[in-house]
Amino acid sequence: MSPIWLEFERPIIELERKIEELHIITGEDNLQTKEKLTELKTELTKLKEDTYSNLTPWQRVQLARHPDRPYTSDYIKLIFDDFLELHGDRHFRDDPAIITGIGKINGKSVVLIGSEKGRKTKDRIYHNFGMAHPEGYRKALRVMKLGEKFNKPIIIFIDTSAAYPGIGAEERGQAQAIAENIKAMSTLKVPILIMITGEGGSGGALGIGVGDVVLVQEYAFYSVIPPEACAAILWKDASRAPEAAKSLKLTSKKLLEFKVIDGIIEEPDGGTHRDFKKAATILKETILKHLNYLSDIPTNVLVEKRIEKFANMGIYKKIKS
Amino acid sequence: MWFKTKKGIKPAPKREVPNGLWLKCNGCGEILYNKELAKNLWICEKCNYYFRISSKKYIEILTDEFTLKEDLIESDDPLEFKDYTEKLKSGKERSGAKDAIITGEAKIGKHRVAIGAMEFKFMGGSMGSVVGEKIKRIINLAEKEHIPFILVGASGGARMQEGILSLMQMAKTSGALARLGEAKVPYISILTNPTTGGVMASYASLGDIVIAEPNALLGFAGPRVIKQTIKQDLPEGFQRSEFLLEHGFLDAIVERKELKTTLIKILDFFNS
Ligand SMILES: [Zn+2]
Repeated sequence: MSPIWLEFERPIIELERKIEELHIITGEDNLQTKEKLTELKTELTKLKEDTYSNLTPWQRVQLARHPDRPYTSDYIKLIFDDFLELHGDRHFRDDPAIITGIGKINGKSVVLIGSEKGRKTKDRIYHNFGMAHPEGYRKALRVMKLGEKFNKPIIIFIDTSAAYPGIGAEERGQAQAIAENIKAMSTLKVPILIMITGEGGSGGALGIGVGDVVLVQEYAFYSVIPPEACAAILWKDASRAPEAAKSLKLTSKKLLEFKVIDGIIEEPDGGTHRDFKKAATILKETILKHLNYLSDIPTNVLVEKRIEKFANMGIYKKIKS
Repeated sequence: MWFKTKKGIKPAPKREVPNGLWLKCNGCGEILYNKELAKNLWICEKCNYYFRISSKKYIEILTDEFTLKEDLIESDDPLEFKDYTEKLKSGKERSGAKDAIITGEAKIGKHRVAIGAMEFKFMGGSMGSVVGEKIKRIINLAEKEHIPFILVGASGGARMQEGILSLMQMAKTSGALARLGEAKVPYISILTNPTTGGVMASYASLGDIVIAEPNALLGFAGPRVIKQTIKQDLPEGFQRSEFLLEHGFLDAIVERKELKTTLIKILDFFNS
């Protein structure tokens, strides 16, 4: 599949190609080419810096939704050993919008859960574009409880635009499934590490999003409502999503400021889609670092702190009587 | 400030219905006299249409004594969201409430309870930081005092104007309920029209007992969003109380007039 470039990525890609071509055609031996190459490379560095240090919230949303961005299945392949996917909620069906399973990281057993959008059109349909039904949430909880029972930490990747809004989803209790997960995850007696790797879409994300440590990749976002829906409500015009994205303060930096996340995970130059391997390496180091100290915290303290962390979220004014 | 609700401390100005002596039923178009309607708990005698009533009204209907809990907090504007300050102000004026929920301690029959009732007239009953915080605090009180917790839901969901902070109130309240459950303190959730979105996908769905008024709109996604997504018309009665009961998500549908006696029955079960 040919890569897809966002509007603001284009000048960078073009310049990169120019450098590559010059390399191939003339080689570095030619003194004139060498000078030209150095010049272009400096220009590239500056262009990247200018672009990525000045991203608008909407551009970040686009990066988070980039169709070439690595998904849970990519990270599982690149980070974990001996992965075995576990299917089904044991009640109704298997929901491929959320992948669950068991695996190892540096020899340590972990439970893995993650949204999966699917890459090719056929896969995207199979995974329902990463939008889960109640069964997805129930499957995730079933597998999390497996982790709890056998004392294995839980690692979760979130990248979903929303929980699926459909007739079947409502018939089978989308709200109830998400609510049960949020409550159950509050008191699960094993470490839970959450990483938002793309879209953190409202309740659909929070349904697998309660953990001891919640991290967000640099260009990922987390929002109470999709910018398009917000714009449609505010201005009756979904095309004003870029303004809504700004109003919603959904960027990683703002999330950290609001204390709803515990940290930001660095991305490779230009975003995770530009370098899967590097993105995975950074994630792996992050996971190992957090698992290391989380495993040492006594379970009751872990749960206490988790509940307390979410209990303290929110901003309001104190008033005098 | 204790007051006997049965004997009728002056109810709040009835802004939930148009002023005047009469109004037209939204269900059948019949002209109804306010006085008669009030006697019938704002239900049309002709067609059983349920008029929406305020949080205060629910407290009056359900409890015998009520002490309002003043938490001394109010909504801020952390996102500096367009028009939010104005909306808060008009929400206060329209509803007479300080935010989209009132909480307190109450007596229902012989039972002491902690209770919250959401106020739909305040920004559609939306849940922001204050709503979440007040719910957490009343749940914590129920846990500490070991008295049952009752919540009357009426909400369109999380409050967009507080962005991600609103979403996190789902986790805050659900965490408090997890603790309440561990302490074996009962929680009864009463759902009224409408209870949807992030409120339905957190505390409203988490009752040990979940009951609803008839024909209330209850669900996760709004019908309009679903319709847009699937590009089909929605089946008759979709996301109404009866639909949820049929699919196994409600313990019972209870008429407004029966809510209090039903509550007492449930509380009697837990407390004896
Ligand atoms: Zn009528």
